Amino acid sequence: MDPRVKPEDDESEVCVRRRASFRQPAEVMEHPLAEFIRFDRITKFYGSLCVVENLDLGIGKGEFVSLLGPSGSGKTTLLMMLAGFEQPTSGAILLDGAAINAVPTHKRDMGVVFQSYALFPHMTVGENVAFPLQMRGLGRAEIAGRVKRALDMVQLSALSERRPSQLSGGQQQRVALARALVFEPRVVLMDEPLGALDKQLREQMQLDIRDLHRRLGLTIVFVTHDQSEALTMSDRVAVFNRGRIEQIGTPRQVYDEPATRFVAEFIGETNLVEGVVEAVEGAEATVRLSSGARIVSAVSAPVASGQPVYLSIRPERVDLSETRGEARNVLETQVADFVYQGDHLRVQLQNDAHPLIAKLGRRSREFPPGTKVYAAFSAGDCRVIAP
Amino acid sequence: MTAATPRTVRSLLLLAPLLVFLLAFFVWPLFSMMSQSVSDTAVLRLLPRSAEVLAGWDRTSSPTLPMQQALMEDLRAVDDDQALGDMVRRLNSARSGFRTLMGKTTSALGDTDNPPADLVSIDKRWGKPEFWLAIADALSPLTDRNLLAALDLGRNAAGEIEHLPADQSVNSVILVRTFWIAALVTFFCAAIGYPYAIIAASLSGWKRDLMLAAVLLPLWTSLLVRTAAWFILLQEQGLINDLLRWLHLIDAPLSLIFNRTGVIIAMTHVLLPFMVLPIYSVLITIPKNLMPAAASLGAPPLRAFLRVLLPLSLRGVASGGLLVFISAIGYYITPALIGGPGDQMISSIIAFYATGSANWGMAGALGVVLLVATLLLYSVYARLSADEPGRR
Repeated sequence: MDPRVKPEDDESEVCVRRRASFRQPAEVMEHPLAEFIRFDRITKFYGSLCVVENLDLGIGKGEFVSLLGPSGSGKTTLLMMLAGFEQPTSGAILLDGAAINAVPTHKRDMGVVFQSYALFPHMTVGENVAFPLQMRGLGRAEIAGRVKRALDMVQLSALSERRPSQLSGGQQQRVALARALVFEPRVVLMDEPLGALDKQLREQMQLDIRDLHRRLGLTIVFVTHDQSEALTMSDRVAVFNRGRIEQIGTPRQVYDEPATRFVAEFIGETNLVEGVVEAVEGAEATVRLSSGARIVSAVSAPVASGQPVYLSIRPERVDLSETRGEARNVLETQVADFVYQGDHLRVQLQNDAHPLIAKLGRRSREFPPGTKVYAAFSAGDCRVIAP
Repeated sequence: MTAATPRTVRSLLLLAPLLVFLLAFFVWPLFSMMSQSVSDTAVLRLLPRSAEVLAGWDRTSSPTLPMQQALMEDLRAVDDDQALGDMVRRLNSARSGFRTLMGKTTSALGDTDNPPADLVSIDKRWGKPEFWLAIADALSPLTDRNLLAALDLGRNAAGEIEHLPADQSVNSVILVRTFWIAALVTFFCAAIGYPYAIIAASLSGWKRDLMLAAVLLPLWTSLLVRTAAWFILLQEQGLINDLLRWLHLIDAPLSLIFNRTGVIIAMTHVLLPFMVLPIYSVLITIPKNLMPAAASLGAPPLRAFLRVLLPLSLRGVASGGLLVFISAIGYYITPALIGGPGDQMISSIIAFYATGSANWGMAGALGVVLLVATLLLYSVYARLSADEPGRR
């Protein structure tokens, strides 16, 4: 049961799976490992307000799944239902094949990390971490040993006699993390745990949590509204909107192959261009824009000829040049604005029909406003999205 | 520094009304009441010559002639009948028999046709040292007599402190009763007020407002009105007894008034806000997610309460309990109206001495006992709350 013994065998497994998933971005992984948590047609009403609507979701053992969405999209409510703080209006939650709807929180064996830490202010750091072990009736010596190991894990052993109010925000969050992990819960739930930290600390904690996940083989459900956080840490990202999951997939899938307009706009920045499908050939479709230009684009959801659609083109996939190149998709346009942003160059493009934004690497040449340019991108760099 | 001085003066001027008010209506009455309890000038005021002579007396030998003459001179010089009465009462309380002795002596001294040669010739009791001893003791301007009497103690002839006989030991019974009633009221206030505050703090919106209004509304009503309302509710033909009989829960009316039960019920109701509000104000500062966090860490509801919510809210319970207890030991109207003769608290005894028997010394002494008890309690509380862990 020593947390430092376990990681070795799990680490390789997780890493292999991660690499594998990166090689096959097009394949939608429903639950690559043995399914551990299952939300079965969950609906939740607050009064007459529906916050989660007929939701199905499976989470594998050892998987890191982020629930990503704007506030009010139902992601936190779903987490609260998994923790047992809320009851679904209808539907079942299964853990390891058994329904846990009727199991009270304190018997669910889930470690929860809250955004505001929720450390007990009247206990020292050590007492906070010992609390879940005391609740499980462990012996004094074993508690002391496990508390020490847990605090070592988050590099806070030196502060075990301090009170939470004497710690910085980042230290408090690491205590909360140690407290949620010390009793080796079956699932770790995190509700925007890094939201209150400043940017630099947040990025460090993201890497720390991801590292812990790999080393300990934890099953983690992580709620966030920060898309870069979700992309950085997760095996899979479930994008929430208005109580539904708009799309679930690896970070690469939700970024490169957005299934809906909401996902395309919520994750990263994108250019949305209106058009009508002219022809479909396998996984590619030809779309005619209002300017008359024709664009060949990859398709993720089935579309039919004559259907009005959006094209999603990521700004960093757009190349600019003053000569018409060999690319399959080329749009003739004009530089409206040009902004130097340190790590990239941001170009605002304008033609009669559709404005575009392009992000160029900082080694790219500069295009003064008014320059006529050709914007080029491959079929794989844009995506047809049904409206 | 030159700039600071006018500012300091201006600040003091702004504070002046408050300081004057505090001095005039708080410090001075408190001080004079406390000094009443230890001052004892009724005898010294009238017998200045005797005081000088008696200072050289050895307290055991029989009274000398100069002592007798000094006292005679003092008594002849008295022209204030009220002051004389006060002195006689003071001396008589120290040694019974002084009233008749003094009456006899003053009338004999008033007989100018046949002036007595010495006091022993007027009454041979003047030849005994005991009466002179009583005068000598009463000449001191300060006395601990009232304070000792407030605790049912007194000095015997040898000046040692000893318990008063049981038939005079009424104050300690009443003091113990006062603290017992206050403790019971504090207990019931906590038993009702703590869950009430927890529920109020867990609600939001109009429900919380309603619960707080229900606590505050009685606080804005006159104490006398509330006590009178309990009078109506609790009497034998009152609402409570009528309701219980109508429900056939009881056959004969419960006696709820003019006894301890009624006093406890009415005082608990009156003092409940002072328990609920401090607890509530502490509870709303406790983060809402601590109890869910405890549950997620494996704590069943009761253990989570005992380990998390209770320790964090104890400060509120302590300050509420202290407020209620200190208010309760000074209660006067409610026990006087709702209680029976066996439920009177220390305040009614103080009122009796102050207005009933004009014994300001005893009233002051009992007041001092009450004040000391309160200050002791407060210092204990201050010590406890300073040590409390988790305070920022």
